[in-house]
This record gives sequence, C-alpha cells and structure tokens, in this order.
Amino acid sequence: MARLNLILLALLTACALGLVTSQDKTRKLFAELEHEQEQAKQLDVEWGQLQLEQSTWAMHARVEKIARERLHMSVPDAKRIQMVMPAAAGAGE
Amino acid sequence: MNYAASPVLAPHLPLWRSRLLLALIAGGFLVLAGRDVYLQGLNHDFLQQKGESRYSRVIEISATRGMITDRHGEALAISTPVKSVWAIPEEMQYSTQQRAKLAALLKMPPQEIDKRLSEATGFVYLKRQIPPEVAARVSALHIPGLFQNREYRRYYPDGEVMAQVLGFTGADDAGLDGIELAYQSTLAGKSGSRRVIKDRLGQIVEDTESIREAENGRDLTLSLDAKLQNLAFSQLKLAVDSSKAKAGSIVVLDAKTGEVLALANLPTYNPNNRSRLSGAQLRNRAITDSFEPGSTLKPFTIAVAIERGKVTPDTMIATAGGTLTIGPATIHDAHRFGDMTVAQVVQRSSNVGAAKIALSLPAEAMWDMFESVGFGNPPPLDFPGEASGRVRPYKTWRPIEQATMAYGNGISVSLLQLARAYTIFADDGELMPLSLLRVDAPVVGKQVISPATAHKLRAMLELVVQPGGTGPKARVVGYRVAGKTGTAHKEENGGYAKNKYIASFVGFAPASDPRLVIAVMLDEPSAGKYYGGEVAAPVFSAVMAGALRELNVPPDAPLTPLTLPPEGSEIGESD
Repeated sequence: MARLNLILLALLTACALGLVTSQDKTRKLFAELEHEQEQAKQLDVEWGQLQLEQSTWAMHARVEKIARERLHMSVPDAKRIQMVMPAAAGAGE
Repeated sequence: MNYAASPVLAPHLPLWRSRLLLALIAGGFLVLAGRDVYLQGLNHDFLQQKGESRYSRVIEISATRGMITDRHGEALAISTPVKSVWAIPEEMQYSTQQRAKLAALLKMPPQEIDKRLSEATGFVYLKRQIPPEVAARVSALHIPGLFQNREYRRYYPDGEVMAQVLGFTGADDAGLDGIELAYQSTLAGKSGSRRVIKDRLGQIVEDTESIREAENGRDLTLSLDAKLQNLAFSQLKLAVDSSKAKAGSIVVLDAKTGEVLALANLPTYNPNNRSRLSGAQLRNRAITDSFEPGSTLKPFTIAVAIERGKVTPDTMIATAGGTLTIGPATIHDAHRFGDMTVAQVVQRSSNVGAAKIALSLPAEAMWDMFESVGFGNPPPLDFPGEASGRVRPYKTWRPIEQATMAYGNGISVSLLQLARAYTIFADDGELMPLSLLRVDAPVVGKQVISPATAHKLRAMLELVVQPGGTGPKARVVGYRVAGKTGTAHKEENGGYAKNKYIASFVGFAPASDPRLVIAVMLDEPSAGKYYGGEVAAPVFSAVMAGALRELNVPPDAPLTPLTLPPEGSEIGESD
C-alpha cells in the first residue's frame, strides 16, 4: 500500500511539473507570437509609408519635369511620327 | 517521576484560567472564520475583479482606414500612423532647457507651450499628428505629465491634382468631403478590443477573450487614371492661367463605360496642408456647380428634330438676316451667313437656326430629351453636393424660352452631366451610367436616340472642328474629332452679365469609334478671348491627344500636321 502511494506521489509530482513547464512554454510561445504579430503590424505600417514614398517620387508632374528639364525629352510632333498599321501592308503617312 | 507529585504543580491553578484561554482562542478562530466567509463568499466578485485588474488588461486593436487607389492601383490616399502629444498641465514638470528642446521638436515658440499649458486644466493637446520619429525624440526628453497617443493621418501624394475628387479626412480620420465622405462606410475601419493577461514585465502572456474583432477599412479602386488626371489638370491650369479665367473644370469620361477617367477643377488646394482654405478652392465645380451651357446644348435639340423626322442634316433652314423676333425678344447670330442646312447650323453654331428648329418641335419632346439624358436630376454618383441643374417643366415654357433653350439658355447643367449626355452621340444613342469606381463588368447603357440619329449627329459634330466650324482648335493630329463649342453669358443678379462669359467645349474622339468624351469649361476668361472655340477647344485638343496616345488608341485619320485657319478668322458662335 505504501509503495503504491509512493508511486502515485511521484506520478503526481511529475504531472504537476509537466503542467508548470507546458504552461511556461505556452506563455513564452504566446509572447513570441504576440511579438511577431506586432512586427507584422509594424511592417504593414512601413509598407504603407514606402508606398506613400514611392508614389511621391513617382508623381507624374515630377517625372514629366525631370524628363523635360534634365533629360531634354519631349513628345514628338506629328511630323516625326510614323504609324505602322498591323493590318495594312505599308506604314501610315 | 510522577508529575502530579511535582511540587511545582502542587498549588492548583484556578480552573477558569484555562477555560478563559480556550474561549479566547476559540473566539479568535471564529473571527477568522467569519472574515473568511466575508471575503470568500460575500465579497468574492469584487475581490476577484480587483485581482484580475492586476494582471488582466483590455487592449484596443486599432484598425486602419482603407487606401484609395487609381484604376491601375496607384496609391492616391494612404493612412499612416502619427503621434499626438498631449499634457496634463498640473503634472508637467520641466526645466527651461527641456522646454526649449520640446519647442524646437514641436516647431512651436516656447511661449505658445506655456500659453497652452496655463489656459487648460486636466488635458491639453500640445501638437497633433507629428511624425513617429519626432515623437520618439519627444518621449526621450522624459518630461513628467507629457503623453502621446497614436493617431492616423491621411496623406495624398498627388496633392492639388486630385484634391476635390478625393476630398479629405478630419483629425479623427473620418471623411469630410469628396470620395472620402461618399465612401466613408467602405473606407473606415472599426477598431476592436480584446482582454489579455500581462506578466510583471508588461508582456502579454495569454489571450483570454476577444471582445470585438478589429476590422480594417477596405481599399477603394477608383475609375480615375492618375496619368490622365495629371495631364488634364496641367492642361487646364495652363489654359486658366493664359486666359485669366476665374475658374475652370475638365471631365474625361470613358465613352464605352461611363467611367470618370479624370476630373479636375481650378482653383484647387493642397489636401496635405489645409490651412487657409476658401470655399472656391474646395468646390468640385464639375459636379457641384451648374451653369448655363450655351451652344453645347444645340445637338440635343437637333437630335430631337431628326429623331422625329422633322429635318434631315441637309434640310435648309432660313437663317438669312441672322435675327429672329419672337414677341418682344430678338435672337441674334454673331455672323450672318444666309440660309444654311441643319448640319451647318451645328457647324457654325447658329442661334437663329437652332431656335427655328426648336419652335417646330413640341415642348414636351424637348423636355423629354433633356430629362432622358440626365439634365435636371443629380448624376447617379452619390457624391456629396451633386448639382442636379435646372430644367423647368415644359408646361411653363413660353415660345421664347423654348427657342433659347435650344441653344442652352434658361437651362442649367453641371459639366459632368453635360459630358455624360454626350455619350448618346458617342455610343450610338446609348446614355452611359457614370461611375467614380472602376467598372469591370460590361456596362449597359440606356437607348435614348436611334443609332442612325446618333451617327448623323456625330457627322455634324465632326464638321464643327473642320475649317468653317466654330472649333477647329479642338482637332487632334491622327484622329477624327467631333465636338461642340459653347460660349454663354454668365448669369448675374437674375440677368445676363454683359462682359462675363463661360466658355466650354464638349467632344469625343476618335469619331469612327469614340473612346473618350472630354468636357472643358472655363469661367470668365478675361484675357481678351472668350469663345469656347478659342479658349476651351485647345485644352480639349491637348488632353485628347495625350490621352489617346496614353491609351494606345489607333489613329483613324492620316498623320498630317494640321493647318489652322489664320488668327482672327475664326467663327465665333453667337452665344
């Protein structure tokens, strides 16, 4: 009888320790998950800011200005356009 | 050894002393038991709650407002987190040095900080919506009584170009104008909350319950094309500046679907910095303002006449003399040409011709036409402040009014309504619905006039931009263009202002298979020229040329350079 009690006591202690460990592990993992989620949110915010930055840099007015002033580009006038019609054999005038 | 025999115990203690001790101990236990019942039983809930509040927290889950993009996914409005700095004045403790640093970071004079703190008690915002980097440096000052909270701020990368269409949001990120207001329920996010358990380090260790799920706002894809919008805006700006106009608007519609590809207004404002705004800057004129369109309305009257078989494009109208007297009023043409065909009435924009055709029609038929192309009713957009324009019931029309309405006087429309109405000529008689959101499903229009009539009108409108018409400056190299000029006296104090005009041009291209409808309106051009064909048509041409190239529309006319009639020989329309 005493032996059985001892075994049960050992079993109980083991279970209790197991519970404590698993609880601790859960909490650690949860904290990690929470941290990652926070980071995901942070990255989301950063993505938004980068998108904002991208569209600010790629503003059409800015691109056009640089094309015109720095790269000296211009829209060709009608005299300098040759239209190639896929259906017709020859090119347009 | 016998204890009882011990001499120490020999003098018997009185029995009551042990009894008293026993009673005292029992009493003590009773008090403890009572206290226990009180705490565990009667006061349990309160204590449980107090205990939980030591480790359990309800935290807010913030939700972001949806993004607004153009039809190709380019961002037009984005919310990004910022910080607001607030203080409890009674708890604020800072040195002069700290105050100077704080003032420099917040970009406000130190006296202003003192003033704000002395004026308020309990709570005061020092500065709202500062960038997160600055906020981090503010909190590094470690000033007691100074706090920050997270807010969202909306940024508009395109600034003034899109200002009135997009509208803007207030400090609490709720839409106040434009699309931001019209689609508030779609864009707005709903913040949620949840209950968690925190450890002594403040880390969340367990999620106990989710009270309310956070719901991020949905993104909105507009029908606008950022490139076309920019093109339309810059051309409109050039025209408004060079013609010294008070204001101007331009609308670009997809002729096949009725989607609004571009919509720009001047004067405008920068939505990212909204200090010192005036009502004139805020108004989305193309949608919220109605005006008397003038001659751009003539094609509708002619369409009714052709549809009812009253005239054909070649019917001669007696316009010789250039005047028409109805009762006490006389209608004038700006130029006298002699008699002309119906097609020429449109091409040369003859008021007398249009009036004569109108008088041969029943008032109800004209009213029906105006009504069915959407005049007099707000456009189907749900945009805040849409103008419906004014079309009086036909039973109250006098003959002179019916005659003047033929050339767009005594009736008012918004530029957007006008552009949409022209889809009946561009789309074989079908009126297209309007949309500010991208439309992916095929669009079904409403048949207003027969395809045959629409084709006849299209041919007439093509004549307008040919030499001899009122709008040759609207032509585009490589494309067949059709359109109509308009020049109307401005209404003022119930009458017409003598020297104030509204110049307009509405047209579409390529005429063989129209892809775009563009309407341009300039309010009070005052640099000498004021005819629609002079000031509005060039804007149309420039925007149309750029837009057709942008959309890769194949040309339907030879690419020979245009020859414009010499300066001063243009035909201005009468009204």
